[in-house]
Amino acid sequence: MALIEVSNLSKQFKGVLAVDDISFTVNEGDVYGFLGQNGAGKSTTMRMLLTLIKPTSGSIRIFSKELSEGRHKILQQTGAIIEKPDLYKYLSAYDNLSIFARLSGISITKNLIMDRLNRVGLGERSNSKVKTFSQGMKQRLGIAVALIHDPRLIILDEPSNGLDPQGIADIRNLILQLRETGKTVVISSHLLSEIELVANRMIILHKGKKIVEGNVTDLLDPAETIVQIETTDNILAREKINSSPDFSTKLQNDNNGIRLKMNKNEVPALVHRLSEWGVDVIAIQPRHSLEDYFISLTNSENHDEAIKHRAL
Amino acid sequence: MMKLLSIELYKISKRPRTYIAFIAVTAIVGIFQFAFKADGQSYMNLMLQSVPDSFDLDMPKAINGYFMCYIILNTLLIQVPILIALIAGDAISGEANMGTLRLMLTKPVSRTEIILVKFIASVIFTIMLLLWMAVMALFVSLIIFGAEDMLIFRVKGDESQILQIASDDILWRYLAAFGYAAVALTVIAAIGILLSVFAENSIGPIIATVCIVIVCTIISNINVPVIDENVKPWLFTSYLVGWKGFFYIATTADGETIKGSLENWPAIRNSLFILIAHIIILVSMSVFIFNRKDILS
Repeated sequence: MALIEVSNLSKQFKGVLAVDDISFTVNEGDVYGFLGQNGAGKSTTMRMLLTLIKPTSGSIRIFSKELSEGRHKILQQTGAIIEKPDLYKYLSAYDNLSIFARLSGISITKNLIMDRLNRVGLGERSNSKVKTFSQGMKQRLGIAVALIHDPRLIILDEPSNGLDPQGIADIRNLILQLRETGKTVVISSHLLSEIELVANRMIILHKGKKIVEGNVTDLLDPAETIVQIETTDNILAREKINSSPDFSTKLQNDNNGIRLKMNKNEVPALVHRLSEWGVDVIAIQPRHSLEDYFISLTNSENHDEAIKHRAL
Repeated sequence: MMKLLSIELYKISKRPRTYIAFIAVTAIVGIFQFAFKADGQSYMNLMLQSVPDSFDLDMPKAINGYFMCYIILNTLLIQVPILIALIAGDAISGEANMGTLRLMLTKPVSRTEIILVKFIASVIFTIMLLLWMAVMALFVSLIIFGAEDMLIFRVKGDESQILQIASDDILWRYLAAFGYAAVALTVIAAIGILLSVFAENSIGPIIATVCIVIVCTIISNINVPVIDENVKPWLFTSYLVGWKGFFYIATTADGETIKGSLENWPAIRNSLFILIAHIIILVSMSVFIFNRKDILS
């Protein structure tokens, strides 16, 4: 069932077309990733989904209602974090959560607020002012604010911005938990690695246009893995690979090391051959080709041509 | 709406800057009371320079609680707009600056409700500040200086006047004057809210509000016929001190004051209409603009 249906959505800011005629559908239970470089139109699109920005043209339907007409009911079932969770710094965590819970239209009790604070690990700091919190603690409180009313749809715009690795991992785990409970999550990021770890479907935007939309599993074709290898003698290893009929066609141009575009299953054979050539392998790093695909798409003037090279 | 208003008032009550205005009022009133207790005579002598010697004045009784309140209000009600601007100018822009505006707008609350609640909260703050002024300037002065008939020094046309109001005819005038001042200061709050809609930090709208008040006050005090006829009648600052009208008591042909009377009630009523019209127009503009604004903060 389609939870969000966006048709021919555009937004123009004083002569700049920030979002250009994009359409997409998010189904119930999806973790839907928005991917694109800075300025691609991700945040503008997400803000339009939350009625923060008014579209120049196009339509947005959420929960089978036109957003412009059913805003109140739609937002009752939606939680959001836009970039960073900015809260009232001069108020306590308890007060912040209490205020936003009341704004969400739910009846609150002290037990409910404390329960939600305990869940995000802030129970013991409930009376501390937010200005004394670290960025990670603010992020956790922001999550509690977004989820206090148990929404069906959660919209997260660049939720990992400014977080340390632990904070990023916490956000990832939260999204995975939400997915398990059947919630629909829309998440944007310019970090492909974040999207591919949590999303089942994704859209790539570039300069306001939709480049491609599809299942992440389809995009992450294991046959297209990029393998980066570091050896004891990279020059010799490159020479040997280049002269090998099995691997020479897979070798990529890379000034920083040796990279091959190959199926993951072929990696053991390559390591064995390198050993036979007297080169020891120090490290192997697999990189999904989606990253290269993303870069090629967003750098390419002819996106259709780039897409043709990929079976989606 | 009530839920939103209670949240707004709670937030205002928790902000330290809210109390700056109350501390400022307390300090200024305290300084006035101390100065008049110590040397009120000098002030009275200055005021009476143009009064004929034949005027019989009981000086200790002239400096009383009612008189003190009048003097304080005369000074404070010109400065209070700055204190109102501190709260109203911050109403929307402060939330935009903190980033809480976008979070608030992702909740099922209409933008019109938000503007109206911000405005009502600013009005409540204004009334609270005036009540505090009433407590400090009127009731504390009555305790310190006592209650007697009140003298009003006034320049009308080319002549100086002294009006004497009986002590049992004053309190209702103060109630009415504070009510009028609340309406006049609400215009300042409405200007602050409107400017706040455009900005993403508080400083701009606060300074802009104060600048508008200063510029309009200067224009209101320029005595040029073309401005008198065409500009002043439409400027809110021309009516900011209209509260004094409640102390301009009507007199008989032989100069006796008429208890319970007002010299010019139609002028006061007209001033109130114009101030209320300002408020309606400014708040309507705020609602209109905020409903169409893209939240990019």
